[in-house]
Amino acid sequence: MTLSPIVARFQLNYGAFSLDVDLTLPGCGVTVLFGHSGSGKTTLLRCIAGLQYTPNGYFEINGKVWQDSKEGIFVPTYKRSLGYVFQEANLFPHLTVLGNLQFGLKRIGKQSNTTDLKQILELLGISHLVDRMPDKLSGGERQRVAIARALVLKPDILLMDEPLASLDTKRKQEILPYLNKLHQQTKIPNLYVTHSQQEVAQLADYLVILSEGRVLASGTLPETLSRIDVPLAQDKEAATVWDVRVAEHDADYHLTTVDFSGGTLSVPAINAEIGTSLRVLIHARDVSIVLEKPTATSILNVVNATISDIVDDQCGRSVVQLKIGKQSLLAHITSKSAQLLRLNIGMTVFVQIKGTSILH
Amino acid sequence: MLSAADIATLWLTFKVASIATILMLLFGTPLAWWLARTQSRWKGVCNAVVALPLVLPPTVLGFYLLVLMGPNGVIGKLTSELGLGTLPFTFPGLIVASVLYSLPFVVQPLQATFTNIGKQPLEAASTLRANPLDTFFSVVMPLAKPGFLTAIILGFTHTVGEFGVVLMVGGNIPDKTRVVSVQIYNHVEALEYNEAHWLAGCLLSFSFTVLLVLYSVLKTHPVAHQLK
Repeated sequence: MTLSPIVARFQLNYGAFSLDVDLTLPGCGVTVLFGHSGSGKTTLLRCIAGLQYTPNGYFEINGKVWQDSKEGIFVPTYKRSLGYVFQEANLFPHLTVLGNLQFGLKRIGKQSNTTDLKQILELLGISHLVDRMPDKLSGGERQRVAIARALVLKPDILLMDEPLASLDTKRKQEILPYLNKLHQQTKIPNLYVTHSQQEVAQLADYLVILSEGRVLASGTLPETLSRIDVPLAQDKEAATVWDVRVAEHDADYHLTTVDFSGGTLSVPAINAEIGTSLRVLIHARDVSIVLEKPTATSILNVVNATISDIVDDQCGRSVVQLKIGKQSLLAHITSKSAQLLRLNIGMTVFVQIKGTSILH
Repeated sequence: MLSAADIATLWLTFKVASIATILMLLFGTPLAWWLARTQSRWKGVCNAVVALPLVLPPTVLGFYLLVLMGPNGVIGKLTSELGLGTLPFTFPGLIVASVLYSLPFVVQPLQATFTNIGKQPLEAASTLRANPLDTFFSVVMPLAKPGFLTAIILGFTHTVGEFGVVLMVGGNIPDKTRVVSVQIYNHVEALEYNEAHWLAGCLLSFSFTVLLVLYSVLKTHPVAHQLK
């Protein structure tokens, strides 16, 4: 799999809704297209798949051009090397699970009983379901079969349209680990549409934020999440993620120390070997700012930081962006506190991080 | 009991209905598919034309067909030029009339089924490398089985039961156009009630049986269930 970037340019006008994007995306890893409903994220994915025709578009992956309206090129969906997972699993009701999985394989002329198929069945934990009909599966199982069905074709790109949206929280938690495993074990680039912050934090390597058919921001996950100029920063679920490494375990206190580029953090004990790479999520609401290093505090994680930006939301809350080494962090504080502490861009302060969650 | 002439009419009816049903499936399936998927402004007109035989008296349809297929009609002139002669009062003419008369009974259930299937399975198939024709045969046809069953049975039984159009276009020619419904009429006209009873009873039990089979199959068909 080469790492040449994916180029996507689409313009579409429906009157009330228009889409106008020009994106260059990494040719590997998980790119999440994030936005609220009506932001155009699903439309963009459908344009990429060719399920939605746009008179004005360009799409290129691995050096292959799927659409170039200027040259009159539009490769029909069935000739594109893609895997698509729909919001509803969309399995063929008249075929067994195995029949569904073999549907695409037969059409690309591959043996349908390969070790690849077995591996994918195992990866998604559906080996025992092959003889069932789709209506005898749970929602979570159906969606796993749909993911496997897209994956067995070894497509150039995997497109997933809110694959978890139709499932309840418990089923989501059941599938998320499979998705993480999938992304670690296959090298297929993945475009993943969601409106869930949790899925963004868990899965994304690269994040594109869409609003009303326009790209608000795009970049690596840590970079984009810590941007202060996107509406995400104002959201009460606003959070930043740091990539960290396990440094030390403290069995007595059930704590683990992790390293990041600007220092160390103590987090609740993790069952992982020293040196393992992890992703830590820090909610902006769990970050507070003090001017002098506190000597007596219950909060373990106190680090030195520099204020890089402040935005007042005019509703009594300020979003503060801080730099700690190379890492960025967002803090939500009251506007009153920001005034009392006379916070300014460039100031050096201490941040107290009250809580962290380990993602994977 | 059934006379040899009665059995001949039964056999002729079966032939007419079978051939007409096959032709209706051949023409009706693409038509129903197009009607289910198109956004064209002609859709309304086409729907109305296909449905016309449902509301027109069979004599009206028969009358127009008679005129069109007659020696001075557009179709009649064409068939004469092609050396086929004219179609009224012939077996092929009866088939043409039957196809037009029963077409809504084939097109409408198919159209409803195709609409019901929706575009999701088609999109899934296209992301799995199936071209449109392949998708029609490997996804749409199996999913539309209940619709095809309904279309075949309604199209066949309705053709078996036609009378007005046959009388207008086909006439009453033994072994050529004399079907069961016409033969029953002949018996009643001649006050042969016993013979009429036998034939009428045959038609009644045949129609009831196939409809019963149809509705019990539809009730238990797994795909029919899921598509609801």
